[in-house]
Amino acid sequence: MSAPAPTRSRFPGTLVPHEQKVYSDVPRDLGKAGEYPFTRGPYADMYRGKVWTMRMFSGFGTARDTNARFKYLLSQGQTGLSVAFDMPTLMGYDSDHARSDGEVGREGVAVCTLENMETLFSGIPMGDVSTSMTINSTASIMLAFYLATAERQGVAPARLRGTIQNDILKEYIAQKEWIFPPLPSMRIITDMMAFCADHLPKWHPISVSGYHIREAGSTSLQELAFTLMNGFTYVEFGIKAGIPVDRFAPRLSFFFNSHMNFFEEIAKFRAARRIWAKRMKESYGAKSPESWKLRFHTQTAGCSLTAQQPENNVVRTAVEALAGVLGGTQSLHTNSMDEALALPTEEAVKVALRTQQVLAHESGLVDHVDPLAGSHFIESLTDQMETECEKVFGEIERRGGMVAAIEQGYPQIEIARASYQFQKDLEERRYLTVGVNALVEEGEKPFPILKIDPVVERDQVAETQRFKERRDGTALASALADLGGAARSGRNLMLPILAAVKVSGTLGEIVEVLKREFGEWREPPTYW
Amino acid sequence: MTKDSTGRKFRVIVAKPGLDGHDRGAKVVAAALRDAGFEVIYTGLHQTCDLIANAALQEDADAVCVSILSGAHMTIFPELLDLLKKKGMDDVLLCGGGIIPPDDAEALRHQGVGRLFGPGTDTRDIVRYLQEEIPRRRPRP
Repeated sequence: MSAPAPTRSRFPGTLVPHEQKVYSDVPRDLGKAGEYPFTRGPYADMYRGKVWTMRMFSGFGTARDTNARFKYLLSQGQTGLSVAFDMPTLMGYDSDHARSDGEVGREGVAVCTLENMETLFSGIPMGDVSTSMTINSTASIMLAFYLATAERQGVAPARLRGTIQNDILKEYIAQKEWIFPPLPSMRIITDMMAFCADHLPKWHPISVSGYHIREAGSTSLQELAFTLMNGFTYVEFGIKAGIPVDRFAPRLSFFFNSHMNFFEEIAKFRAARRIWAKRMKESYGAKSPESWKLRFHTQTAGCSLTAQQPENNVVRTAVEALAGVLGGTQSLHTNSMDEALALPTEEAVKVALRTQQVLAHESGLVDHVDPLAGSHFIESLTDQMETECEKVFGEIERRGGMVAAIEQGYPQIEIARASYQFQKDLEERRYLTVGVNALVEEGEKPFPILKIDPVVERDQVAETQRFKERRDGTALASALADLGGAARSGRNLMLPILAAVKVSGTLGEIVEVLKREFGEWREPPTYW
Repeated sequence: MTKDSTGRKFRVIVAKPGLDGHDRGAKVVAAALRDAGFEVIYTGLHQTCDLIANAALQEDADAVCVSILSGAHMTIFPELLDLLKKKGMDDVLLCGGGIIPPDDAEALRHQGVGRLFGPGTDTRDIVRYLQEEIPRRRPRP
């Protein structure tokens, strides 16, 4: 017996024998777009009604630098903002903290004070744009900065549109920017869901994210299964906290990766909608169709980009973006060709944005709703994704649910294994990547990249220190004491955090109070 | 060869310094070095330079391999190099990988940092490099 043909895929359904039929007979749970179980899309008209939101993730340097990039992107036809924060902001350190040395403004924008957030949105009408913020362990504080800034612009919370990632479970699993242990983190998130349900009707308080799980090296199936399970876990915690499911579930959104396994990605998006709809209706008793609909943002796969022959990344990104659109994404970020080398330059970002615009305006894609439906290959892949996903759910449930599975290191180790296997397959040339292990060119010319001036850090540190000197220490101390009290008593944390922010409490100071109450998470250092 | 003549395996610290959470590369390299016969000590995430240098000292490491994707390499590598020297580990190889622009890698090389491997690296190249470089820096009977 001969060995199976090589494939990049780790998903068993991908290899469909030639003799299989072309069309599906009666596809399982297909229905129409806009109807339960939404396999074909959450809306009947999809892109005929509204083209996906083009949302490029950006952030670097100081709030002033990123504010200028935002204004540039809006002037180039981008339709929503997406903020990348630097590592200290993600990890809850002020820019002037010793642990922030060398990291300020490097991988995103530094925002540790209300003043920074005001600068970031200066001249941008917060009542009109929708903003996505990629932040998790410090999400509640960043939302408080955002609300206080909007208030100063005269914009009521009810008008704010956007998303805050706030998906802490995938931090433990993949992205690894955690602060507190899992259970206190889940409480912070549940408090925010309750607060948003009461005050921010147009806001998405969690973006359940598979993106980072995939970037950490998972397979498409692991991305799908772990992400949906995280989503169900938030639903369970929300219900347990006494929030009616139909009050918060419609505001949960999702964020997936679109990698180079073209058909597998499309099947993944279709299966995601179907699995979510079924469980929300059947297991969690959601009555509103809005609770059943899984809506998602897509980003093309950063880890598929190569540092070698970077121009080829434009093509990779276009293929991945196409899969996102054929899978029915609601918004899209396309990566820039230089991202395996550094943060992207303005030129590279423009080509990436133009890639989406070409797809939207020139290809005719937007005129059709789920055009691959009915193909036996796509439908059977979608079915198999669902079946395999249920098996992974079963394993997590046997381990006592996602929080317990994370504490046992289960998803982390599964992903580490998959990523090591992928690397070995690449090295043994079971997969080919152009420019890396095939069609290699010697002596490539250096590619122009974005450099962050070290002056950025010095300026931001000095600005943070000046901000701290100007404050009313008494008001701040009492706000922080009240926050500590809320953490102990179980009172919703959002209002005390907002109060602390308004009396100029910094990110780091608020995090310190919460660390004292909740402790810090340490992952056992295993590489499996 | 991943052992010296006494049969002691080469000991390598694989470290993630700073606030950066991107640990895919570090874990893949740790597993590849283990499979190639090295003794690997993985520090886990969010380590300070002090913790890493102390681990190198306590473990009598032959090499410290650092993974940085956060852009903080121009701060972290010089600090680590300095700490290794101060603790008397001049013969311990400091090398690494991540997203490090070529001119930064060149500047760090002049300061005494070993090779820095970028995206697309074959782990067998890292294995070969350590097999050659460790005995060169730490000749043993």
